Amino acid sequence: MSDTAKRVKVMAKMSGVFYRKPAPEEAPFVEIGSVVKKKQVLALLETMKVFQKVKSPANGKIVEILVENEAVVKDEDIMFIIEKG
Amino acid sequence: MFSKILIANRGEIALRIIRACKESGIKNVAVYSEADKDSMHVKMADENVCIGPSISSKSYLNIDNIIKAAKETGADAIHPGYGYLAEKEEFAKECAKNNIVFIGPSPENLGLAGDKIRAKQIMIKAGVPVIPASDGGVETIEEARIISEKIGYPVMLKASGGGGGKGIKICQDEEMLSEEFLMAKIEGRTSFGNDEVYIEKFIDEPRHIEFQVLADKFGNVIHLGERECTIQRRFQKLIEESPSPVMTPELRKKMGKAAVDAARAVDYFNAGTVEFLLDKDNQFYFMEINSRIQVEHPVTEIITGVDLVKEQIRLSAGESLDYTFDDLNLRGWAIECRINAEDPERNFLPCPGRIDEYMPPAGFGVRLDTHLYQGYELPIYYDSLIAKLICYNLTREGAVSVMKRALGEFRIAPVKTTIPLYLKIMDDPFFQKGEFNTGFIEKFLPDEDDDDDDD
Repeated sequence: MSDTAKRVKVMAKMSGVFYRKPAPEEAPFVEIGSVVKKKQVLALLETMKVFQKVKSPANGKIVEILVENEAVVKDEDIMFIIEKG
Repeated sequence: MFSKILIANRGEIALRIIRACKESGIKNVAVYSEADKDSMHVKMADENVCIGPSISSKSYLNIDNIIKAAKETGADAIHPGYGYLAEKEEFAKECAKNNIVFIGPSPENLGLAGDKIRAKQIMIKAGVPVIPASDGGVETIEEARIISEKIGYPVMLKASGGGGGKGIKICQDEEMLSEEFLMAKIEGRTSFGNDEVYIEKFIDEPRHIEFQVLADKFGNVIHLGERECTIQRRFQKLIEESPSPVMTPELRKKMGKAAVDAARAVDYFNAGTVEFLLDKDNQFYFMEINSRIQVEHPVTEIITGVDLVKEQIRLSAGESLDYTFDDLNLRGWAIECRINAEDPERNFLPCPGRIDEYMPPAGFGVRLDTHLYQGYELPIYYDSLIAKLICYNLTREGAVSVMKRALGEFRIAPVKTTIPLYLKIMDDPFFQKGEFNTGFIEKFLPDEDDDDDDD
């Protein structure tokens, strides 16, 4: 398997505000280098007061976080890149 | 009377308040976040002030910036609308500290509304019926039997650590109670780390009925009849009406008196709503007092002819109530549908975006409270309520036909809305007969994905 095949993009299903933490005073769900399991919560996306969980599509390691906390993402924006483990 | 009112809100309720100000000859100030610079309330108000970034916590919830905006524009009162700062005791106090009148209940009222246990104790003292329950946790099965006998079956065993419908067991009789009590304790310990269990009367197929109240500063408290708010999804009201299809003059008298007693017991001021659960046998139980103007206030306005927002302003300016419910000429039937930018086919997922096509309904029997216009971009930051369609006629049947006609006229695209859901409900024979309970909406919903199992 090539390196790119092991990289999985996590994209936003709809536009919203991206939150890396469950609450302002708490630690982020994940950091670069975090080992994650499939379906693990990586972030929250708030659209019109509705929060949706952003979950990991695979077991692996977070290699990139492309959005700042509280920034706005649009439909299909890439939020994380995970290297499949 | 006030010379200038600042409206600390956005969307349709901001327009509602601006309109009341204009009709009363009071100057008005809109506040807005960066995402809302093109919003209708900014266009419509006499003056406007930007109070911060798009995220609500930095703008519409920013007490300092809102007080500053009021001082800079010389507003002598603030109307908070609903949501945001409307029920924040701290905000009401901050207004008072700055010599600005908070158009709403007293800080004490707001504090008590947030303390349900204390409120319930006050209601018991005042003779307002509450849902019978054990005083706190129940230790032994013997104790549970005695309490349940006193409350009357069916009863609910509730784990103190549970919530959102989890950790609840319904017992129809003593035999079930004996079986379930120990299980409830064990499950409470394993699921919530707390084996405290309390007992509450189970209300089967309840209806949610609330009474509008008004109170002045001279001890006059009146009610303005009921609103039927039974049709809800996840505790969010979808359809409200006044009167209620199950109300009788006798029951209204009893519940109206309880609502006024409840408001009096807490020294309530300004507009408020007393919420009750009503069971199949017409027994009613106090739930809570909502200390604000409510989203569904227009149905009461239509049938009573009383402008509730103007009354709020008038009462806050120190004027008095010189009428009661019996003095009003009640007329007809009003139904409200809350139209949300959500897709009922996709588990009510919100749908922000640009409104490319907009054609509002009109005609006899139609009131539309909305901040939409063609070309408006629905921000992702705020609530998905985009319009309240209120239809009225002399009879309930007539109001339903006006609603069907108006929903059919209403075009909003390409954003998805809940209009198709309401069209289905208007055609439902049980809705048409007024026969529904809080579980009514289930049959209209697609099978929901369990939030924790989706990908």
